[in-house]
Amino acid sequence: MTFDSAPAIVAVTLVTLATLTIGTWGLRFSRTTSDFYVASRSVRPGLNASAIGGEYLSAASFLGVAGLVFTSGAEMLWYPIGWTAGYLVLLTLVAAPLRRSGAYTLPDFAEERLASRGVRRLCSLLVVTIGWLYLLPQLQGAGLTLELVAGAPRWVGPVLVGTVVLVSVFSGGMRSITFVQAFQYWLKLTALLVPVGVLVAVWGSDGAPRATDLSQTWSMPMGTDGSAGLYATYSLIAATFLGTMGLPHVGVRFYTNPDGRAARRTTLVVLALLGVFYLLPPILGLLGRVYAATPTSADTLVLELPRLMVPGWAGDALTGLVCAGAFAAFLSTSSGLAIAVSGVLSQDVVVPLLRRRGSRFGGVAAFRIASLVAVLVPVAGALLTPSVGVARGVALAFALAAATFCPLLLLGIWWRRLTAYGAAAGLVTGLVTTGTAVVFTISGSRTDTWADVALSQPALWAVPLSFAVMIVVSLATAAHVPAHTTRLLVRLHTPEPTVEPAGPVVALQQR
Amino acid sequence: MRRWKRTHLGTEADRATFRTLHNASLASPALRGGLTVDSAERAAPHLQALLAAPALAITDTDGLLAWEGIGTHHQEHVTKLAEGTLERGATRFYDRVDLECGQAGCPLHSAVVSPLVVDDHLVGTLQAYAPDTSAMMVRATDEVATWVSGQLELAELDASRRRLMEAEVRALRAQISPHFIYNSLGAIASFVRTDPERARELLLEFADFTRYSFRTHGEYTTLSEELRSVERYLLLEQARFGERLSVRLSVAPEVLPIAVPFLCLQPLVENAVRHGLADAQTGHISIRAADSGTECVIEVEDDGAGEDPEKVRNALAGGADSVGLGNVDARLRNAYGDDYGLVVETARGAGTKVILRIPKFAPGVHP
Repeated sequence: MTFDSAPAIVAVTLVTLATLTIGTWGLRFSRTTSDFYVASRSVRPGLNASAIGGEYLSAASFLGVAGLVFTSGAEMLWYPIGWTAGYLVLLTLVAAPLRRSGAYTLPDFAEERLASRGVRRLCSLLVVTIGWLYLLPQLQGAGLTLELVAGAPRWVGPVLVGTVVLVSVFSGGMRSITFVQAFQYWLKLTALLVPVGVLVAVWGSDGAPRATDLSQTWSMPMGTDGSAGLYATYSLIAATFLGTMGLPHVGVRFYTNPDGRAARRTTLVVLALLGVFYLLPPILGLLGRVYAATPTSADTLVLELPRLMVPGWAGDALTGLVCAGAFAAFLSTSSGLAIAVSGVLSQDVVVPLLRRRGSRFGGVAAFRIASLVAVLVPVAGALLTPSVGVARGVALAFALAAATFCPLLLLGIWWRRLTAYGAAAGLVTGLVTTGTAVVFTISGSRTDTWADVALSQPALWAVPLSFAVMIVVSLATAAHVPAHTTRLLVRLHTPEPTVEPAGPVVALQQR
Repeated sequence: MRRWKRTHLGTEADRATFRTLHNASLASPALRGGLTVDSAERAAPHLQALLAAPALAITDTDGLLAWEGIGTHHQEHVTKLAEGTLERGATRFYDRVDLECGQAGCPLHSAVVSPLVVDDHLVGTLQAYAPDTSAMMVRATDEVATWVSGQLELAELDASRRRLMEAEVRALRAQISPHFIYNSLGAIASFVRTDPERARELLLEFADFTRYSFRTHGEYTTLSEELRSVERYLLLEQARFGERLSVRLSVAPEVLPIAVPFLCLQPLVENAVRHGLADAQTGHISIRAADSGTECVIEVEDDGAGEDPEKVRNALAGGADSVGLGNVDARLRNAYGDDYGLVVETARGAGTKVILRIPKFAPGVHP
């Protein structure tokens, strides 16, 4: 299938320019004293939630969901449901205590809670692994998109996204990252909402035709192949519900909230924003069933559908819009992940290495070196490994996060008897089990046995296993519960006062 | 492979030395916490290994802190032996008569007790128990007690350094200059007739500013609180200087929740106002706070007379020229490590720019 590539190229260029522009100049405002209080107002929950949404809605959401619904049916709706409901778990159990802990990254949380450098390093390794695993399908998706809409070779997408991310990090564009990411959310929402509106109208004017080959199984929510399908569905639910809290770029954004209460409010808004967004891709999937016979790949349905349904310039314009949204998805998720991974790399790898070699680079230089590594490795990976499909690739990252950081966070926040040894044992267990599954899935050796199903969707057995190991080892090493545990947990769970305490005024009068 | 390596690790004497040094290094971190039950319990096993005695006790001047090894029923003697040694103030040797325990087969017949001395004060004793005592044992116990005393002195030094730091923060709190109070109240008074509403607002700002600065709890605060206090300060200064003082503030909202040492910006901004308006008719001050990956970069800049770099270096090294600068620098290093000291860019006639880097997370740092 060939496309006129002009609208796509224009759209991608515009998104790139807009991203860099807002990133570089968005916040260079200056204020005189009369406006001081405006300047010291923190990021409000609404803006922060848009930014989280912008960073979170990746290519898997933008392209993958519609494609999966198109090819595999209603069963695939569990992906968007899980990706949204993950924030419900985050809201009720994690958001506020995590913010009150003062941790910026997940390794920070581990260090603060368990007072152990070893567990911190283990967490850093995990953050980098999960980040790269998540970046890989994003970059591959970018390659696929540009190949389809602009006829570019497969390598152009990953290289272009990697370059834009690096340029924005190096030019200091991350200084107003919140505004960039919030902009990306609304861009992505628009880029789906407008085409969906137009396409549904077209479908209506065509006399609302029904899909011809809607088999019974396509509309079933629980998979087709008996108990294995049921297992796979539950496992997917476990991975997405519990994995969200362990994604590196999600935790980092919560630091921007001024306190625990704001963190909760932000999460609530995120739930609403994601809920609205995820209404749209399934509609496109269903329309695909009606109008598209055979797309080249599940991930490209969203890009092809506008031209299939609307001929002429209108179809071109819609394609451009969808391309812009898709590219925004690649850029925002990739830069969010790249910054989170670079942060951990610079803190725990680059700075210690540089110091050992006697060099005293400032934090900025170390961060730039780290971001080079953080971007180049997955770009190389995207060029060298075969694609596993955007949504499935992302699901593996979720499974890894669910089997490692979910037990660490939940037990760390809610169980005072967790020890560093227990945490380390659980993290290693999760890494080994889901790591095996990832390698197995990427290597692509598929049979239809139960072992195969269990390995391609590992969360349902790997997460409970990690929890069990963490609890048992912690109980066995009960003497090593950190001394400050109770004090820290009190801090994590004590709500912030709503008004400033009046004590200092009294102190002043005493003087 | 392992055996081969072992044979090449030196002679028996060398290895004994290494073992000794290793045991000492294991005991050292605990002792650097001062003489408490906790630190004594953590250090005692290593000290026992160091002395190769069957049992070892650590006391303070009141009684037992930790017992390591066999024969725990001898704990009843510990206080008496400690008192005897502390009276004499030197290492003493006790035998079977002093250690009468009436238990058959108890091998602990003798003890060497050495006093622990910090700054010429007796703070406790180190007691080694053994079947019989040799001159070697007395000598070794004495030496170990001296080494432990040295570690405890270092602990005392750490503690007094911390106390000094706290005292400096207290001093900073109380340091709101009388000139500033006088000038602010004067400026407010000048508005009372012409613009009563503004006078009222300024007075409230003044109240809030002093309330924050005299705050007595917490070593850390959030950047947002600190900036708010700086804003109040600048509002009051602007009321006084009017058009002469212009301020630019650009703050990335992402960094506002970061925990920073209490009063870490206030002294820098005060310096900037003083320098910025020192010789010139007008002064510009700019305060920037930007997000930079895992840390936040704050810059306080003025376009005033500048300063001799040598003088600034002096102030940062603890010289008395500028209490604020050296104090902020020391507290930053104390909280975040030596990589996070103040950076001052200045020259005569070229203005001054002070740069702070604050990590978004540091263990134990929270508002």
